[in-house]
Amino acid sequence: MSEHVVSRKIYFIIFGALLVLTAATVWVATFDLGAWNAVVALSIAVLKGTLVVLYFMHVRYSSKLTWVFVAAGFFWLAILLAFTFSDYATRGWVGIAK
Amino acid sequence: MAESHTTHQVGLAHHFDNMEQQREAGTLGMWAFLITEIMFFGGLFLAYILYRTKFPGSFAAASSHLDWKLGAFNTAVLIFSSLTMALAVYYSQTGDRAKLIGFLVLTIVLGFAFLVVKAIEYHDKYVTHHIPGPFFGFRWEEQAGDPKQVEMFYYIYFAMTGVHALHMVIGIGIMTVLVWMARRGRFTPEYHSPVEISGLYWHFVDIVWIFLFPLLYLLGAHIHPH
Repeated sequence: MSEHVVSRKIYFIIFGALLVLTAATVWVATFDLGAWNAVVALSIAVLKGTLVVLYFMHVRYSSKLTWVFVAAGFFWLAILLAFTFSDYATRGWVGIAK
Repeated sequence: MAESHTTHQVGLAHHFDNMEQQREAGTLGMWAFLITEIMFFGGLFLAYILYRTKFPGSFAAASSHLDWKLGAFNTAVLIFSSLTMALAVYYSQTGDRAKLIGFLVLTIVLGFAFLVVKAIEYHDKYVTHHIPGPFFGFRWEEQAGDPKQVEMFYYIYFAMTGVHALHMVIGIGIMTVLVWMARRGRFTPEYHSPVEISGLYWHFVDIVWIFLFPLLYLLGAHIHPH
């Protein structure tokens, strides 16, 4: 019943991975990939954020209820982004409002 | 469940059945708060993405005037502070009070280091008139980019990094209270929820910066590889 104590080794591994990914995002940004620059940068950021949430914030070792809480939060953010972008992306399709 | 009421447990509030339930409630409460924070910063990120899509050239030109080296350094500082915070939580779980206090203090020091670098950057933007408002002046002749659109980038830059820096200041305040509580021996391997949930807050602020760094600093990196 007691809480899960994450080993220090895991913390050091995650720390190293975050630094490597930071170097990677800087390196990739020096290339002109057009629209893919944003995609790559955001993908690396999402990966880094996921590592922090799962290991530093212990969600990987937390209860199912905590999982649902966290997932609901990011799902709501996804709704905010998806609906707004679908609006902006399709405004030119009909000649009503600009 | 009833036995925990009969034996007094240090740190157990009377409305919880046991320490496990109390800890779970605290974690969920903190996550509920962090979800409101996700939505709060999410709105700012949304504004950033919409304007960046609308003014890609000006945003890249404006971004190239930020020093990505300082941004990368601050990213490393915050990631390091997340490690020291995680270790502080670890030593609160194992009951090593000296190391708990040591890593909390180290986290505070790293938080200040971040803010000092941020202050240097803000000062540079002040000197070069990149702060939006009546004194905004961007040297367009050397850059592509519409002045108004570049100013919009800096509006978003200062709003997002300013609110983030405010969270850092609050985080440092929370860590200071934790050091004070730890010195008074308030935390045990059974009860250390304040350290745990304050850690959640600190890591969240780190995550926000993990997204801010590439979005704000690296847009123009392939234009100005300095």
